[in-house]
Amino acid sequence: MKSNSAFALAGIGLAMLATPILAQNVAAGPISTSKAWTRETAPNQSVGGGFLTIRNAGKTDDRLLTASTPMAAEVQIHSMSMDKGVMKMRQVKEGIAIPAGKSVELKPGGLHIMFIGLKKPFKLGDKIPVTLKFQRAGAVKVNFDVQSISSTSAMEGHHGGH
Amino acid sequence: MADTDQDIASNIAAVRKLLWLVAGVAALLGAILFLGLEKKGVEEQAPATAALPFGGPFELTRSDGSVLTDKSLAGRPYAIFFGFTRCPDVCPTTLARLALLRKKLGADGDKFDIVFVSIDPERDRPQDIGAYAEMFGTPIIAATGTDAQLAQIRKGFGVYVKKLPLDPAKPDGDYTIDHTAGIFLMDARGRLSSIIDHHEAEETALDKLRMLIG
Repeated sequence: MKSNSAFALAGIGLAMLATPILAQNVAAGPISTSKAWTRETAPNQSVGGGFLTIRNAGKTDDRLLTASTPMAAEVQIHSMSMDKGVMKMRQVKEGIAIPAGKSVELKPGGLHIMFIGLKKPFKLGDKIPVTLKFQRAGAVKVNFDVQSISSTSAMEGHHGGH
Repeated sequence: MADTDQDIASNIAAVRKLLWLVAGVAALLGAILFLGLEKKGVEEQAPATAALPFGGPFELTRSDGSVLTDKSLAGRPYAIFFGFTRCPDVCPTTLARLALLRKKLGADGDKFDIVFVSIDPERDRPQDIGAYAEMFGTPIIAATGTDAQLAQIRKGFGVYVKKLPLDPAKPDGDYTIDHTAGIFLMDARGRLSSIIDHHEAEETALDKLRMLIG
């Protein structure tokens, strides 16, 4: 435990030293995020789905608990599944486990962040600032790129690729 | 004693005969009833099937306010998909996929219509789904209808729809809609040609579309 905390603190320190703002690949201790994207929305569309990859480079399991953004009234974590041809979406209240040494991908056809009650439509090229809250790592800020509504994955070559 | 025993024995024999008779009559009645029902079932089923082919008839309101029916779509093949604009994953993925498939068909891509039906009239007004569908960069016929109109088209296509709260603890709060996510391919005469499944490989989906328009 002690060494983990020290490691986490060292990680945060290093991350802070490295660069003040890394728009795409954000790290908070052992937790880093990449490929954060969402789709542009229609004028009266009040929700949007967000996707990203979360990596836990630490030796301790972590958990994404909640998310928030000033751009939407509420943010939820959802799962989507296909059951015999029927689409089922459910709220994941217990959050998402991010096991030590593993990456968890939130992508179409699986898990997503749901922005509910958009303050204004998401426009192509915008960045949506989101704060993810983890059980151990605490708050992690990440900007979601607003991509075309026709996107089915994060745009290649658009990110830092750290 | 002997007399009494005999009486009992004959009584039992009589009861047995009676029981056999009752059983026999019951079996006969059962058989008649069964055959009758069977026949009735067939009779009732046949005209119902003939009267309600897969898909139509249906009537909906297009995003521009005009009426969309199975008849107005006739003459051209179409790919129809049911969803709602607040569906953040499957719906945009499917519409984007249809737009891409159409592009990959090249010159043949405009030989079929894409129809998007919102099964959420409570939140999707016709003009809203029009603005939503326009964003996919390919012509999409967007429509929705009253609860009764949607019930009819859902029945016609066998589309499962179940509205339920996102948070079971808040039954009156925000809701989601479980729904059939396949793409139904209907030929120019309004007959089912094929269904593209959500997980299907692109090449299979393209083949099905070629078969539809071919």
